[in-house]
Amino acid sequence: MRVALFVPCYVDQFYPQAAIASLELLEKYGCEVHYPKNQTCCGQPMANSGFEHLSGGCNHNFVKNFVGYDYIVAPSGSCVLHINEHLHDDEFPAEAKYIREHTYELISFLTDILKVKNLEASFPYKVGMHQSCHGQRGLKLAQMSELNAPAFSKPMDLLNMVKDIEMVELDRKDECCGFGGTFCVAEEAVSVKMGKDRVADHIKQGVDYITGVDLSCLMHMEGILKRQNSKVKVIHIAEILNGSIK
Amino acid sequence: MKVADHAQRADIFNQDEKRVDWHDETLWWIRQKRDKIAHQIPQWEELREAASSIKAHTLSNLHNYLIEFEKHAEQNGIKIHWAADAKEHNQIVHQLLQKNNINQLVKSKSMLTEECHLNEYLQEQGIDVIDSDLGERIVQLAKEPPSHIVLPCIHKTKEEIGELFHEHLGTPKGNSDPQLLTEAARIHLRDTFLTRKAALTGVNFAIAETGEIVICTNEGNADMGAHLADIHIASMGIEKIIPKREHLAVFLRLLARSATGQPITTYSSHFSKPRAGTEIHIILVDNGRTRQLGREDFRSSLKCIRCGACMNTCPVYRRSGGHSYHNAVAGPIGSILAPNLDMKDFADLPFASTLCGSCTNVCPVKIDIHEQLYKWRQVLVKEGHVDPKKAIAMQVMAKTLASPTLYHLAGKAARITLKYAPFVVNNKFNAWYLQREMPEVPKSSFGEWYQQNRKDS
Repeated sequence: MRVALFVPCYVDQFYPQAAIASLELLEKYGCEVHYPKNQTCCGQPMANSGFEHLSGGCNHNFVKNFVGYDYIVAPSGSCVLHINEHLHDDEFPAEAKYIREHTYELISFLTDILKVKNLEASFPYKVGMHQSCHGQRGLKLAQMSELNAPAFSKPMDLLNMVKDIEMVELDRKDECCGFGGTFCVAEEAVSVKMGKDRVADHIKQGVDYITGVDLSCLMHMEGILKRQNSKVKVIHIAEILNGSIK
Repeated sequence: MKVADHAQRADIFNQDEKRVDWHDETLWWIRQKRDKIAHQIPQWEELREAASSIKAHTLSNLHNYLIEFEKHAEQNGIKIHWAADAKEHNQIVHQLLQKNNINQLVKSKSMLTEECHLNEYLQEQGIDVIDSDLGERIVQLAKEPPSHIVLPCIHKTKEEIGELFHEHLGTPKGNSDPQLLTEAARIHLRDTFLTRKAALTGVNFAIAETGEIVICTNEGNADMGAHLADIHIASMGIEKIIPKREHLAVFLRLLARSATGQPITTYSSHFSKPRAGTEIHIILVDNGRTRQLGREDFRSSLKCIRCGACMNTCPVYRRSGGHSYHNAVAGPIGSILAPNLDMKDFADLPFASTLCGSCTNVCPVKIDIHEQLYKWRQVLVKEGHVDPKKAIAMQVMAKTLASPTLYHLAGKAARITLKYAPFVVNNKFNAWYLQREMPEVPKSSFGEWYQQNRKDS
C-alpha cells in the first residue's frame, strides 16, 4: 500500500516530532510511506477566512504532490476535513476527486483502513483527550454529545490499547478549544477564554498531558498552559501511539 | 460612524471574567437540560429529520401555503395584512391602533418586532408599549435590547434585576429574591393586561390547512394580553407557515426541548377566530425573507423555529454575550440571518465563530449553520465587505502556500525569527502573544528532518 504522508504546514514547521511519529506508525503497520517534499498546505487558512477563491494555487500544488498514491494520510483532522470537502483543481479534476476521497486523518486510517488491533506502546501518565471539532463533528472520529446516537470514539479505541495510560473524563467532553484558525487572533478575547476554560477542565481532572488529533488546538492550549507556567504538557496522539516518549 | 464589531464588543464583555464564567455556565446548564430531555426520546434524530423535511417542503411551496393560510384565516374572520418590510409592518400596526383611538399596547414576545424596531417606532408616534414577557419587560426597563431570543435578559444577574425593580417597581432595595421580584412584575403586568385595549403577539406556527396560529409561552402572557384586549395583532415572518395541524406535533415536541429542556411550553395556544366583538389581525412580514429564499446556500436558514439551542451551545456566544452580535437575533443563527438584512453592517458576524459545528447538530430543524457561516464568509469577501489589510495579507499567504520554494523560505524565516529574534513576534502587536506563548522552535522542520534521515525524498 503506497501512502503519502501529508504534513500540515504548522506541523512541519513547529511540531516535526508528531510527523515523525506518524511516519513511523504507518511504517510499523506495513505501509510504504512517501513524503512528497514540495507539499505546502491544504489551503484552509485562506478558505476559512472567506478567501477560498484564492486557494486555487495551493490546491493545484496539493494535487501535483499527492497524485498517484493509494492513500494520503495526515496527522490532522482539520486539514483533512478541508481536503475532503473543498479540494478542487480545474486542470486535474479526476485526480483531485481521487485525492479528496482517499485523504485520511491518521487515527481513522489506523482504525478503518489498517484495522489496527494491537499497539506496542506504553504511556504511564494521566491523559486528557481533546476532541477537536473538525475531527469529531467533521470527520466523525467520535460521537458528538449533541446527538442522540450510540457512543463511539476511534481515538479512545487506540488509546485504550496503550499500556499504563490513564485516561480522564472531562466535564465537557467535546467543547471547542477556541483556536478556530484566524479566529484565534481576530477574536482574541473569546478565543483565549475558550482555551483557558478547556485547559482548566483538563487540569481539574489532574492530567499530566493533553492529547488530541489536531496540533492546531494543542498549540493554542499549549500557548495558554505555558503562559500560566503550568506543568501540564500537550502531545500529539501519534507520539503516544508510536511509543515515542518513554 | 462605524458600529463596534463583534470582536470589539466581545473584548469588552471579557473584561469581567467572572461574569463571563457565570454567563457561560448558565447557558451550558440549559444545553445540558436540553441534552438530558432530548436523549430521553429514542426517535429524537428522526424527529429532527421530519421537522427539517416539513420545513424544506413548505419553503419550496411557500407561495401556495401562504395563499392557503390567508384564505382559511379570512374564512375564520381574521384580517390578514401583508408587509413587504419592517417599515410597512410598523405602519400597519400604527394604523390599526390609530383607527381605534388606542395609544397603549401590550406586547408578548416577538423577535420579529425586535427585528422591525417596532417599539422605537411606536414610541415616536406617541404609543405606550409594555412588553409582558418577564425577560422582555426587564430589558425594556433597562432600556436594552434582548440578548437572547428565548431568554431575553440572560445577561442580567438577579441582583441587577432587583436593583432595576427597586427603581421602577418599588421593590425593597437590595432584595433580589426571584419569588418577590416575579410577584412584583406580576402585579405590575396584571394592571397592564386589564387596561390595554390592544395586544400584539408573535406567532410560533401558522397552519395553512386551518388558518390558525399557535403561540407558545411559559408565562401565559400572550394569552392574557390577547384574551383581555379588543384587538389582537399577531406579527409573523412568512416562514412561520406549516402545512397541516398534524405537523405541529413534530415541532411542539422539538421546540421546548431544544429551547429550555422542557417537554413542552406551559402554554401552546391556538388562535383560530376572534371572539364576538373583537378583532384578530395577522401581519405577514417579508422583510428580506424572500431574498433569503432566493439564496440557495442560505435558504434553509428560514427553517428556524427560534428555539435558541444554537446560542446555548455556542461556545462563542456563551463567552461573548448576545449584545456582541448587535442584531435582534444573536448567536449562530443570527449570524447567518443578519447578513441577508445588511451585508455591510453585519459583515463581522459570520466570522464570530470557530466553525465548531455544535450549532448544526443541536438544531431541531437541522440547519447546516456552520456551513452557512463558512459560505457567508466567501460571499462577504467577494462583495468587498472585508478589511483591505486582511485581503492583502491573504493574497500574500495564498502566493506563499502555492509555491513550495516560497513556503520553505517563509517557514525557515519564521523559525529563525522566533529563535533568534523573538521580540519581533513576542510583543503587544501580536494578538496571539497577548495571552499565549508562541510555540517552541524545533531543531528542524519535518521536511528538513526527512531529507536528512530518509532516502527517497
